[in-house]
Amino acid sequence: MSIELLLQYLVAGLTYGTIYAVVGVGFNIIYHATGIINFAQGEFVMLGGMTAVTLHRFVPLPLAVAGAVVATMIAGALIEMTFIRWLSRPSVLRMIVITIGISILVREGALLVWGESVRSLPYFTGDEVTSLSAGGVHVSPQVIWSLATCLAIVAFLRFFFRHTSVGRQMRACAANREAAALCGLATKNLVTLSFVLSAGIGALAGCVVSPITYTAYGIGSGLAIKGFTVAILGGLGNSTAAVAAGFVVGVLEAFSVSLLPAAYKDAISVTILLGILFFRPSGLFGSSELARLEAR
Amino acid sequence: MPASRYARVAIFAGAVVLVQLATQVAGKPFYLTQLTMAACYTLVAAGLSLLMGYAGQISLGHAAFFAIGGYATGLLTTVDLSRLRGRAAVDLLARARILVARPDLYGGEALSVHPWAALAVALALTIGVAFAVGVPVLKLKGHYLAMATLGFGTIVYSVVLGTERFGAADGIGGVPPFPLAAGLAVGGARAGRVANYYAAWGLVALALLLLSNLVESRVGRALRSIHGAEDAATAMGVDVGRYKLQTFVLSAVLAAAGGAFLTHYNGGIGPGEASVMKSVRYVSIVAVGGMGSLWGTVATSATLTFLSLRGYFGTLDDAVFGGVLVLVMLFSPEGILRFDARAALAAAVSRIRRGEERA
Repeated sequence: MSIELLLQYLVAGLTYGTIYAVVGVGFNIIYHATGIINFAQGEFVMLGGMTAVTLHRFVPLPLAVAGAVVATMIAGALIEMTFIRWLSRPSVLRMIVITIGISILVREGALLVWGESVRSLPYFTGDEVTSLSAGGVHVSPQVIWSLATCLAIVAFLRFFFRHTSVGRQMRACAANREAAALCGLATKNLVTLSFVLSAGIGALAGCVVSPITYTAYGIGSGLAIKGFTVAILGGLGNSTAAVAAGFVVGVLEAFSVSLLPAAYKDAISVTILLGILFFRPSGLFGSSELARLEAR
Repeated sequence: MPASRYARVAIFAGAVVLVQLATQVAGKPFYLTQLTMAACYTLVAAGLSLLMGYAGQISLGHAAFFAIGGYATGLLTTVDLSRLRGRAAVDLLARARILVARPDLYGGEALSVHPWAALAVALALTIGVAFAVGVPVLKLKGHYLAMATLGFGTIVYSVVLGTERFGAADGIGGVPPFPLAAGLAVGGARAGRVANYYAAWGLVALALLLLSNLVESRVGRALRSIHGAEDAATAMGVDVGRYKLQTFVLSAVLAAAGGAFLTHYNGGIGPGEASVMKSVRYVSIVAVGGMGSLWGTVATSATLTFLSLRGYFGTLDDAVFGGVLVLVMLFSPEGILRFDARAALAAAVSRIRRGEERA
């Protein structure tokens, strides 16, 4: 394999990696606040992409993306308020099954609204053939957009959780929900907010990668598995590591295509997932004390 | 109480006969085809009910075992080994009637594995895979267990979908009928429709007898203690790991048997049977029927699967299963009602309705 080809695979892997990373971070936000793994996480990415494509028929691209993010955030809030807010101490098994059910409902709803066709947003700058060349490697500007968005999301979250009052309240809620409630924090609203945040970043990522990876009603469940792989690989709860893990999974997947039939591509990340779960459940970057295998 | 257990199986058998007579009287004997297929899926649900309801372990990968059973029998009974004639091993197997000759598409003669031998191989393969997967997977809990089984299901799905040998997106076709007894074969022939219906539901009845005996026994009590409090069960000397694993393997074998039956009945199998959505369906059937209610699960499975196969849900098929799943888990996580033997199979429909009204 020539060095150019190697770099080309690397770039492709990084592109897919951004979306896995963002889904993984989304898992972390909700897991932190609630102890729930939201199996419907991938659906936010789908909803964001699909809504933006529809809105773009009527309004310019930046407005369409902003509208899609807001719409998905509202959907996230509605989902939390309808299905999760009023449950008192649900068991893990129950929450798994409920969020799986939600993901099916969202997906089937999307199928009714948008049909089976595969869509995509136009390239943000330039078009399919525009590329920036560096050392024999051709990179679409959209790849730069994706990477930049991913990094911006992580930087924003870091700032939000450390330096804003609401972000700190969410961390307090994650650390000890009862103590936070005793201190007068509206923990239920903070949980809703975690769904809103997680939906928002998912939707934004869904819009940015849409020109490259395309969007269809059924992409959510595959993304959920990969996002979970990434979240686990980085150690559940560690968002910076999740981003690194996202790139690792994306790149491994991209290289696997050159060795194995393309149909096996999805099996690669799942194999990584199983390997991690069996041998190193605290993640590659996590310490073993942080491993919280026990279901709450 | 053993008496009530056998009474329930008897009531179940009575219901099976009644349904057959009803289709006869109503002049809709073709309903039996979907009812027979529903029986195959019910085998999976019954096994999963034991795993989820009694042992408290979720599996989002049981469609994979169904597919392993179906694909193994399908592949072995359609593979053509006639070019290998003359090799000692092949000739030996042919003389032992493990390999049998059958006419192929072009009027020639194909040499394939006998359906009974294929079934044995399929079940053995399933046991092997279930052990290999179960040992590491069942050490996990909660989300991790759910994702790991989901991951296993995804791998099997991508392998059957991506492998030419398994027919990729087309699946395997031309699977011969399964000779059950003299004059009785599991296959698509219209003459065998009634017999196949009874064969399939008879198999379900057998499985139910086995499972309900198991549930009422020492093993069943051990499983319930695991579900209730795993640490306490361990402290009481219950070998938690072994019980979980055995339950997992048993439910996998039931799923594979269902898959093998359906493959012979339909004359083929497609990758859709291995899809994640199928696995989720089995979970929703168990959830609606009531975690830990074997009979509730069977009633729900028969009803929902039949309605789905007849196409009553139209394009909303998956949405119905998803919606039912969410409603039940939100409002009545232990299943809609504890199954009442006298309320019998027909209650399943009204249960679902009641569940929706409460929503």
